[in-house]
Amino acid sequence: MAVLLDYQHVEISFNGNAVVHDVSFQLHPGEILGLVGESGSGKSTLVKAAMGLLGSSGMVTRGDIWFEGKNLPDLSDNEMRHICGEKIGMIFQDCGASLSPIRTIGEQIMESMAAHRKVDVAAAKATAMELFDKLHFKDGERVWNSYPFELSGGMNQRAGIAIAMLMNPVILMADEPTSALDVAVQRQVVEEMLNVRKVFGTAIIIVTHDIGVVSAMADSILVLQEGHVMEYGKAKDVLENPQNAYTKKLLSAVPRLRRERL
Amino acid sequence: MEPILKVTDLSKSFSRAGKNEFFAVDHVSFEVMPGEILGIVGESGSGKSTIAKLITRQIDATTGTIEIDGQDITKLTGRQLIPVYAKVQMVFQTPAGSFDPRRTLGDGICESLRNKGISKVEREAKARGLLEQCGLSSEFLERYPHQVSGGQCQRAAIARALMCDPRILIFDEATSALDVTVQKQIIELLQQLQREKKLAYLFICHNLALVQQFCDKVLVLYDGKIVEYGLPDDVILYPQSEYARRLVDAIF
Ligand SMILES: Nc1ncnc2c1ncn2[C@@H]1O[C@H](COP(=O)(O)OP(=O)(O)OP(=O)(O)O)[C@@H](O)[C@H]1O
Ligand SMILES: Nc1ncnc2c1ncn2[C@@H]1O[C@H](COP(=O)(O)OP(=O)(O)OP(=O)(O)O)[C@@H](O)[C@H]1O
Ligand SMILES: [Mg+2]
Ligand SMILES: [Mg+2]
Repeated sequence: MAVLLDYQHVEISFNGNAVVHDVSFQLHPGEILGLVGESGSGKSTLVKAAMGLLGSSGMVTRGDIWFEGKNLPDLSDNEMRHICGEKIGMIFQDCGASLSPIRTIGEQIMESMAAHRKVDVAAAKATAMELFDKLHFKDGERVWNSYPFELSGGMNQRAGIAIAMLMNPVILMADEPTSALDVAVQRQVVEEMLNVRKVFGTAIIIVTHDIGVVSAMADSILVLQEGHVMEYGKAKDVLENPQNAYTKKLLSAVPRLRRERL
Repeated sequence: MEPILKVTDLSKSFSRAGKNEFFAVDHVSFEVMPGEILGIVGESGSGKSTIAKLITRQIDATTGTIEIDGQDITKLTGRQLIPVYAKVQMVFQTPAGSFDPRRTLGDGICESLRNKGISKVEREAKARGLLEQCGLSSEFLERYPHQVSGGQCQRAAIARALMCDPRILIFDEATSALDVTVQKQIIELLQQLQREKKLAYLFICHNLALVQQFCDKVLVLYDGKIVEYGLPDDVILYPQSEYARRLVDAIF
């Protein structure tokens, strides 16, 4: 199958210090890649690199990131604007910071949709409400009219998910999209992401600390430690038969629910 | 023994233009003894962070009282709260927002001790020690909040909360951005402080397995109300409320 997004020997540095070293992986249409690894190992940096969001001190210092025949780090800001949001959607780890504090969720949704195409306000709102419902919002109308500070952490996180998904991107990059959600809501969100993949063939990169979420979603898994790839392969193989010492340690440290008394 | 935290009939209502007021926290009561770990779980939007903000007096209660170490702090303001913050510290759900973006993490972490007049050498030594216990090298003292990863920022916030040797720590999803190996290290540190210093915790967390491992008691919140309150095993293994049952069933 055609490769949709191709990371080739990517090195990323901040102020000249490399924090991600020689990372390669391929994402195919409809594939879900789970990116897991130590805190600070470079997961957010890797996904931000594709979006041109490394900030003034960060850059891709080696390798290429190919998407639709273009090497993303080479593109101008203007060219990137056409790709970010519309073709590659991003759900940020710090959802609160990615939302504007001075506009309601509804205004932000309308704005991000109108930035790329002409939208019919009523139709756009109806679509948003339908998605809100699937993301387990109890009172979608209230969320639509609220400012981020009037919503809880998990509600803002779901608003961020909704904004990214409503653009219907080819690739969805989701950085810890469920970390602030209780398990019941988390399950709903995971199901909705799987549904988007099924209906639209969206490819997803999901960064998460939750091994349960990875095993429920991912087709392939890449394990990162200190900026190096420790293991990369089919999800089933990595989870059931890890080869790397760090992967083994990671899987064995997962707290599991005891369903019986001690 | 006196409870270190006692919350009685606490509520918070928000009113919106043209809409009915609604109770984000609806008449809850509970207490935490020194050295005790109370977990709070509950649906997204059920009022957990609002309880934390009420206890740390970032917002005013609509009804009820909050007592810290026997002192009613419900109505205290401004300077009166300074000695209270020496006893209660909080780690926020979104740690990045809790550090000043223009100042280094070191400035933020050392602030409480600087205000107490403790020397720069002494406070930096303490900060280095705590950072190391949280798995971060002292190099992080010099970094700005936007220069660290999500989990690194969260650990810096944990170190900051521990700086002034509080009696009770409120954790609002404070380990959710950490991978499981680092999370384990942090939990072990917290357990050590609990044993050695009788530090108590209010541990807001949606990871039931972690709550089961770490907490002495757990409280389940739904729509601002307490629907269960008891030993983790009783609540998790034999949930009585419909919501708690749904939570346990949803685990992957
Ligand atoms: N602007 C920056 N300047 C300098 N170093 C940075 C900057 N941004 C990130 N880093 C460093 O790069 C490394 C990778 O960070 P990144 O945010 O990608 O980690 P992560 O894997 O997403 O971790 P977490 O799970 O904690 O979110 C970290 O060690 C971090 O301190
Ligand atoms: N300043 C505010 N104005 C209006 N409503 C608010 C305000 N702060 C919180 N709320 C509402 O109060 C309810 C409880 O919010 P809270 O942040 O306490 O939830 P939570 O249990 O921490 O949820 P999460 O797990 O998603 O973080 C939510 O419905 C939220 O929208
Ligand atoms: Mg990250
Ligand atoms: Mg909260």
